[in-house]
This record gives sequence, C-alpha cells and structure tokens, in this order.
Amino acid sequence: MPVERIEGLQTGKTADETEEDVRRGVLLGTLDRAVSWARKQSMWPASFGLACCAIEMMSTGAGRYDLSRWGMELFRASPRQADLMIVAGRVSQKMAPVLRQIYDQMPEPKWVISMGVCASAGGMFTNYAIVQGVDTIVPVDVYVPGCPPRPEMLMFGILKLQEQVRTQGRFR
Amino acid sequence: MIAAELAERVRTHLPDVVVARGEVTAVVERSGLLDALGWLRSDEALAFDFLSSVTATDWPEREPRYWVAYELSSMAHDHRLRLKVGLPSDDARLPSVVALFPTADWHERETFDFYGIVFDGHPNLRRIMLPDGWEGHPLRKTEEIGGVNTRYKGAFIPPVDRRTAP
Amino acid sequence: MSFDFRPDVDPRDPLSAEELRQETMIINMGPQHPSTHGVLRLLLELDGETVVRCEPIVGYLHTGIEKNTEYRTWQQGVTFVTRADYLAPFFNELAYTLAVERLLGIEAPLRAQVLRVLFCELNRIASHLVWLATSGMELGAVSVMLFGFREREDLLDIFEMATGLRMNHAYVRIGGVVLDLPPGATDAIDDFLDMLPGRIREYESLLSKNPIWVERNAGVGILSAEDAIALGVTGPTLRAAGVAKDVRRDEPYSGYETYEFDVITRESADCYGRFEIRMDEMRESMRIVEQCLDRLREPGPVMIEDPKVAWPSRLEVGPDGIGNSPAYVKHIMEESMEALIHHFKMVTEGVRVPAGEVYQPVESPRGELGMYVVSDGEHRPYRVRIRDPSFVNLQAVPTMVQGALVADAIAVIASLDPIMGGVDR
Repeated sequence: MPVERIEGLQTGKTADETEEDVRRGVLLGTLDRAVSWARKQSMWPASFGLACCAIEMMSTGAGRYDLSRWGMELFRASPRQADLMIVAGRVSQKMAPVLRQIYDQMPEPKWVISMGVCASAGGMFTNYAIVQGVDTIVPVDVYVPGCPPRPEMLMFGILKLQEQVRTQGRFR
Repeated sequence: MIAAELAERVRTHLPDVVVARGEVTAVVERSGLLDALGWLRSDEALAFDFLSSVTATDWPEREPRYWVAYELSSMAHDHRLRLKVGLPSDDARLPSVVALFPTADWHERETFDFYGIVFDGHPNLRRIMLPDGWEGHPLRKTEEIGGVNTRYKGAFIPPVDRRTAP
Repeated sequence: MSFDFRPDVDPRDPLSAEELRQETMIINMGPQHPSTHGVLRLLLELDGETVVRCEPIVGYLHTGIEKNTEYRTWQQGVTFVTRADYLAPFFNELAYTLAVERLLGIEAPLRAQVLRVLFCELNRIASHLVWLATSGMELGAVSVMLFGFREREDLLDIFEMATGLRMNHAYVRIGGVVLDLPPGATDAIDDFLDMLPGRIREYESLLSKNPIWVERNAGVGILSAEDAIALGVTGPTLRAAGVAKDVRRDEPYSGYETYEFDVITRESADCYGRFEIRMDEMRESMRIVEQCLDRLREPGPVMIEDPKVAWPSRLEVGPDGIGNSPAYVKHIMEESMEALIHHFKMVTEGVRVPAGEVYQPVESPRGELGMYVVSDGEHRPYRVRIRDPSFVNLQAVPTMVQGALVADAIAVIASLDPIMGGVDR
C-alpha cells in the first residue's frame, strides 16, 4: 500500500522501509505478548514452604481454593524446573544461605512472592533469629501480608504477579 | 504418689526439697547430680525413668547464675519431679546425663547453644538451633534480642528505616 | 596410581574385588525437599540403598520464640507461643495458659474449660488430617492429600467462625477464652461430626488394606517400648509400642477426668501401627467433642471475673473481625475514667504473675507438649521453655532408620509427624 509523504510529519523513510518496519514491529509485539501470556498461565512454583504459611499455601493448592485454575498446582521439587519461588514462612538465619542457593539455582526468568509478614518484613519476630524480610536476600516481586494470609489473599498476590508478567514481558 | 508423700520420700536421700503449687522440686549440687538421678531411677517407689526436658534459666544478679532444671516423670507411678542444679557464672559446666537418659542429647545441646553451659561427657556437643558460626549465646539475659543491626557471614542488615534499595 | 586404604586386599586379585566396595556415600536430604516434613535436614550415610547412619540436623526454622516472650507481657505470650507448633496452635496456647494460671493460682470458669477441650480436640482432628494428607503425599498416595485438606477446610471454617482466624488463633487466654461460641457454631460442629465418620471410613478403605501402603508401613521403623522411653518419645509413637501413656489420662487438666475416652494403643511398634492409632484417635476426639457439645447447652461466663487478670474489653465480632464492642468503647471513653485507666494498664502492662516456676504438660497430637514457665513477679515472663514433642521424637529417627532403605526413612519421618516449627521454635 503506497504511503503518502507529508512534509515534516514522517520519519524520512521510503514506503518500502516503513512497511518493513511495521511488519517487523507487529510480529515482535504479538510474540512478546504470547510468550508473556504463556509464562503467566503456567508458572511452576518451587516448593519453599517453611512454616505456618506453607500450610496455607498447601490449602491454596488443595481442593477448595484451587491453584490449578491458574496452572500452578504443580509444585516442582527441583528449583531447576521452577520459575516462581513462593517464600512461605519465617526465614531463619540458618536457612538464609539455603534460600539464596535455591534462588540462584532457578533459571531465568524467575519471580519471587514473599508470602506472609515474616517473609516480607520479619513479622512479629524482631529478633536475632529471623531475617527481617527476604528482600534483603532475594529480589521480591509481590509481597503478600498476613499472618498467615488467607488463601484468597495469596491468590490475589499471584494474580497481581501474573498481571505484572503479562504487561512487562521480558522476552527480547 | 501425691506431692507431700513424694517430697518425704525424696528427702530421705536429697535433703533440699520444696513443694509448691502441687509440684516437688529438689535442688542438688553439681557433684551429686548423677548419683541423685541414679537413685531416683532405681528406687522402686519413685521409679523416675522418663526425662521430659532439660533446660536452664539465667539469673544474672544471683549467685549461682545458671539454674539447670531436669523434669523427671515416672512411667509406672505417674508422678513428676523437678531436679535443679545451680551453676556459677564463671564455671558453667555440668556432667552430661546422656548415659542415663539418652533423650537428654538434644536438650543439652540446645542448652549449650542458648546459654553456653558445657556438658562434660556429651557425645556431640555442638550448636543445634543456631548456625554453626554464630557468636554468642542468645538466651542469656545479658544478650540483646537482636533483629536490628544483625551481622552474619559478612553481611550487615540495619534497622528498617535505614535500609536503602540494593 | 593406587590408594592403599585397604592394604590387606590385593587389587589384582579378582576375588578380592568384592571386598573393595566398602565405601559408603554421604548424602544430604533437605532442608528444601518435597518429602521431609518441613525444613528438616537429614545427613544419610548410605551403603547402596541401605542407611548405615543418619543424623537429623535441625534449626532451620529457629525463630527465637522463647527469647521473644521475655520481652512481651504475659498475655502477648499467647500469640508467640501459638506459632511454635503451628498445626496444633490451641495446644500451645492451652499449655502456656494453664501454666500461667497455675502460677496465678486461678482457674478458668467451667464453660471456658469445656470450650478449650472442644477446640483442642477439633484441632487434634485437624492435625491428624494434615498428617494423613502429607504422609500420603510423601509416600505416593497423592489423592489423600486433597482429601485430607478438604476435610480440614470444614474444620477451619468452624475455627474461623469462633476465633476469627484459620490458624494461629490467640483464642485461649489467661483466665478463660477470648469469646464465646457464636450462634450457628454448634450446628456447624454437629454437621461436621455427622460427616466425618464416613470420610474416615473412606480413607481406611483407601489405605488400610492397600498392599502398597501396607508394604511401605508394616514392619518399618520399629521402635520398641524401652527404646522409646529411653529416647523420651511420647504420643502415637510410644502408644504404637504398647505403652498406654496419655497425659489426658495420667495427669488430667481442664476437666479431662470427667470425659469418657479410650487411650488407643497397638503392639506392632511400626509405622502402620502409628497410622492406625491416629485414625482411631480421630474417632476418640469426635467422642469427646460430642460430650463437650452436651455440656455447652447451659450458658456461662468464658473469662474469669477477676479484674486484675481478665482481659478488660468486651470483644465482639464487628464488620472487620473481632474487636472491642462499641458499647464498651463508649463506656471507657465517655462514661468512666477509672475504666479507661484500668483498660490502659491491663492492655499495656498486663497481669502481674507471682514468682515461681511451673511445668505444665498437655497431650498434643504429637505427644507430650510441656511448658516450663518461670516468673519473677513482674508483668513479663522470665523464662518460657516449650518442651515440644517433635523435638524429642526426632531424636529417635537414627534408631528407627538404621539398616533400613532410604524410602523407609521417608516413611519413618512421616509416621513421627514432626512439625519443624515446634522442633526449632
């Protein structure tokens, strides 16, 4: 389709070059969105349940509050096969290096949800034994407060993360 | 046995016995600990063969400073006894009772971890709750609660209002 | 290039080659592992598939609860202690509260005691359901996981109706319980009790005679009675060895001597016996809950009247959960200065507990949960030590796993039902 040249308004490219640009841009845009959609729809969490929040996370994955609706019922035991780490529970000083190691073992792209106040900020345990927020160790994408957060709250956090993944696709 | 009878029976061998709130507590010296436990176990009317817990309390203004408490109970007679030993601040050592009660293994390790009380003869006296390289014994009254200004493995985590983005 | 760690064996002699394969392998299981019950680390020395030596390493969930209670008031201690063994929160609260009440020399009113027993037994059922769910999943019966959590959701609805929270409720307080049952709770509990026996029969039909389940559990993890007593093991593991020891029967608390229930034992001392005991304990708990519901027909106070101990406000369920009732807020803000001062002192400073020490045991789903509480007469605890059953029961793992296969180690730990929050506190 011939492109009309209007002085001062266009980029200074020929008709063929602009068409080439348009074609390439649209294709990349669709692939970006498709990959982001696929990533958010089928995130596999690495099981990192530590304490009481782990029980609520298991409840969220069980029958009544079903995480399988969003493709997340498959908690991978091996971090190499996972892309989401839900840090559920209080992280003690002894566990912190283990947490970092598991995070490092996960391949890119990876996301972290910090579930519960103990993981987000140390919770009620402002003492020598608990890491005051896992964001001092790993970068966190979504914080879900609560002690423990209800399954609906965790689901809201997960949906927020999926929204983030969908709109800020990292495929390059 | 009810508390008063139990106290009378225990007093025949261990003179320092107190009855309070329905519980019987006997205080022994460090040197007489193993003998006392052996007698409490072998005496048929007492038969204290189950050790529930070993723990310590820190009284920094008192002398002796550390008071280690052994909670004993009897499978046959369903009565309980507490045995306490006082330890001075500069010599917090105690013979281990693992040979008599194997369950004391982890309890003594935890008491060592939290208070620094050394149990002589323990097969494996290492830290159990805290990481191996931890310095200090946190449950002592002279130690701070922590949570702010934490240093561990070369990292330093300041209080919340002074943290900056990484 | 030769290494002479076996100088007596000639490497060129083919018949002696069999003896050369003597080295064992040291494998680390956990702390992040799908099959260990939480953050438990096991150091296994394996000879092929057989476990030669096993050392459990704990402390990965150490929270410093005991130190934290020394910095808070007595009433706030309930919220800390409840998070130790997080699958049996009512038991932690009950042991702590009973210990403090013994130090104070008071007793909770009768209705409060019945409510405590009711919720403890419901909690026991919930805890055994989670045990069944996670054990089944760890041994491969993944559908049992979904079934167990399905039943537990009904129980959590009942807990939420009564306490406002699904887990870690701070319901049992010093002097009684925080709130009475709301209308509709007894009906919900009745419905649950009607539904549960059929479900337990369903689980048993799924598992009890299942050849895989029996193979993996029968004869595995034998712990004799003498070993159990020497290692301090209590709870279903001790009762599976034939020792009928239950704190509710031997040292009754909260009126347990007035309830009718049996102490379940088995003689097999293996994982299958523990499984059977827990299924039967769920039935016994249901019996006790029915007796509790009978006693709850007459109304009564749920917190003692003593103003120096009782929580000052009248709580009620509002639009956003449990909070001070508007009538009470009006009373302290507008009507009575003394009431305001009293409320202020009770909430910030709290109870003053006379000096002394007490050890209070209760029977939690895992065994004898004891609370050693020391007071020096102040408004804060001086020392609170939680004698957690899982902490002691885990010491028996090396004995039970010696000479067994690696897969049996999983079955053994699952049958012990350790909760790492209690182990590490």
